[in-house]
Amino acid sequence: MSMDRRRFLEVAGLSALVVAGKRGFDALTDGGRAEGATERRPAARWAMVIDLRKCVNDRGCTDCIAACDRAHNVPHFDERAHEVKWIWREPFEKAFADHGSPYTEDAFKSKSLPVLCNHCDNPPCVRVCPVKATWKRDDGIVMMDYHRCIGCRYCMAACPYGARSFNWLDPRPRVKELNPDFPTRTKGVVEMCNFCEERLAKGRAPACVEACGEQALVFGNLHDPGSEVRRLLRTRHAIRRKPELGTGPNVYYLV
Amino acid sequence: MSDRGLIVGGLVLFLALVTLPLWFNVAAGTTSKLPELTLPEGKDPFGTAEYMRASHMDLLMTWRDEVVRNQERTVVGLDGKTYAKSLTGTCLACHVNRATFCDRCHDYAAVKPTCWECHLEPRPVQRAAQ
Repeated sequence: MSMDRRRFLEVAGLSALVVAGKRGFDALTDGGRAEGATERRPAARWAMVIDLRKCVNDRGCTDCIAACDRAHNVPHFDERAHEVKWIWREPFEKAFADHGSPYTEDAFKSKSLPVLCNHCDNPPCVRVCPVKATWKRDDGIVMMDYHRCIGCRYCMAACPYGARSFNWLDPRPRVKELNPDFPTRTKGVVEMCNFCEERLAKGRAPACVEACGEQALVFGNLHDPGSEVRRLLRTRHAIRRKPELGTGPNVYYLV
Repeated sequence: MSDRGLIVGGLVLFLALVTLPLWFNVAAGTTSKLPELTLPEGKDPFGTAEYMRASHMDLLMTWRDEVVRNQERTVVGLDGKTYAKSLTGTCLACHVNRATFCDRCHDYAAVKPTCWECHLEPRPVQRAAQ
């Protein structure tokens, strides 16, 4: 079959047009994933609200911290360099360094408060992890796979909240009371708060929230307009730690 | 060839020394001895003994990834029942003795899985061991 140049160009052009049209149609109609593709679960967006008017952390209460440490086999090292923290107390002026002014300082000078992983919308720790040992779940939890962690500590350098700790030593002998329902970690991995995802899976609130006698810690779904966290955030003034960094923290403090 | 006796004698001695571990095992009767494992009653809902012997580690790794990565926490066994994908919660619920099941075979095969560096044996097993 012979074909002149004109005829060849006509056929080639028409073919290109058909292919482009199909691609465009697919892109517009989501045709790549037709029926059979599983519907994505309506994701919750977990968040925590901490009411500093109710919290008595500055009077020495550590119920939330103790409950978390028990639930997750968090080790206790005396040397600060080896410290492992999931939820811990921090002086107000350190946690909210940017909120100080010469006049407001007095009110918060002695105040300390519980701080934990903020489960950021845009978590820098996830971005830097070279092995995807940590990632952002659909429901907002910054999850970590200890099996995968190679202990490079990039995530610790990236986290502006100091929410991640490295196991310099074998943590198991330093856990006060081993809870067999949750693993310990091993020397050479990073660990952090997991928003009690293992309890959420069973429909229970995080251990720290359950342990707080003052009900200062409230946990809930930001996507549910009727949730307690949304009600509190609607009615009270809330601040977050270092929001100016663009990380989108999801732990709110009511002042 | 006056060294003949010396050379042959030396060779025999050398062979005897090299094969000493084999003779030692034959004498001790350990060559054909397989590890004795404590087995639970009933059928394993996740596969035959052959499958489990060869592939239990793949099964556990698959479960691990599905639970940690995809939050798919349950599995339907061959008996139609639903189980949690959990080494300590599901496997050890029947294979109650880690020392005489997991460890004994792993020692025999000279493999060192790292599961127990983090995961803890469930409570009843710990109590029995104490």
